[in-house]
Amino acid sequence: MEINYENLNSMQLDVLKELGNIGAGNAVTALSKMLDKKINMEVPQVRILELAEVSEIFGGAEVPVTGIYLRMEGDISGNIMFLLPMESSRVLLDMLMGGYRDGDEFDDMDLSALEEIGNILAGSYTSSLAALTGMNIRVSVPALAIDMAGAVLSVPIIQFGHMGDSVMLIETHFSEGNKHVKGNLLLIPDVESFVNLLEKLGVA
Amino acid sequence: MTVVMTKIGIAEVRAAKDPAVLVTLGLGSCVGVCLYDSRRKVIGMAHIMLPSSKEIKNNANKAKFADTAIVMLIEEMEAIGADRKSVTAKIAGGAQMFSFKSSNELLRIGERNVEAVRRELSRHRVEIVAEDVGGNYGRTIEFFSRDGSLSIRTIGHGTKVI
Repeated sequence: MEINYENLNSMQLDVLKELGNIGAGNAVTALSKMLDKKINMEVPQVRILELAEVSEIFGGAEVPVTGIYLRMEGDISGNIMFLLPMESSRVLLDMLMGGYRDGDEFDDMDLSALEEIGNILAGSYTSSLAALTGMNIRVSVPALAIDMAGAVLSVPIIQFGHMGDSVMLIETHFSEGNKHVKGNLLLIPDVESFVNLLEKLGVA
Repeated sequence: MTVVMTKIGIAEVRAAKDPAVLVTLGLGSCVGVCLYDSRRKVIGMAHIMLPSSKEIKNNANKAKFADTAIVMLIEEMEAIGADRKSVTAKIAGGAQMFSFKSSNELLRIGERNVEAVRRELSRHRVEIVAEDVGGNYGRTIEFFSRDGSLSIRTIGHGTKVI
């Protein structure tokens, strides 16, 4: 089956949205427990974007962000990217580790705390997907970059560039109760495992 | 005369006559290839994301690959008056944004893009007069037709003009 993202029907889009809902719902619950704060999650969106548009999704290619990147392997392969604006990264670290940060300089403890947050979010996201679909999914060790959004996103964009000129992503925005922490959790399945995913879910 | 700044997105190629500024924001593992014909003041920029169109089935978009985008850029520059014999190059980007413990071929993509760009430029006998490549950080680049200078901004790794 040739996948053309433009041709996804509304049922398939709904199923993908629901995947995002369950995966991100579990991830956000894990974060909420970790911080002991209420976290609000928006309804996930399934977006199909041109390669060039992807670097703009975070308010511009030059905006500094924290990006935590993991690879999914197994019955479904793809990328998981957790993006936080700098201000949110600082507040999140303050909540988690105490203290007060005002610059962009994070120490090694801060960086590994951010990686661990990514690890927990991605782990709960994928394990709920695995439970739902009966698929075997493994997640790589998280890698972290604090840099321009365009540069951070170039990594998943390039992987997609191997396969086509558009990217399908399931995007979930969330924010902590009083909006001090905002984030974006992206699930970007590889094209070849996309068919597999739709089949497993019974909507291929 | 006002100079128009033109943004070059990922997998785009653009040529322009003086006065012009070509800009790419947040370049990561991609490579920005900047060509300049100083005599005719024609500039061109390609935002290359992959080394070779031959490794990939879906290769219709020529602006994506080093081996097809560079030829395309030279031709577009010639179409507005450049002479390929007097074109020189400056290149930037090709960073490795994430370091993983396992060495994954996909993650070395920045380095492989830079190698491919060097090979292609030398095949077309275009000399690289300056470069700022590699590292683990993003770059915003601005290329000026006025003198062929390339300004590079980073977060935490300074600003320079090459």
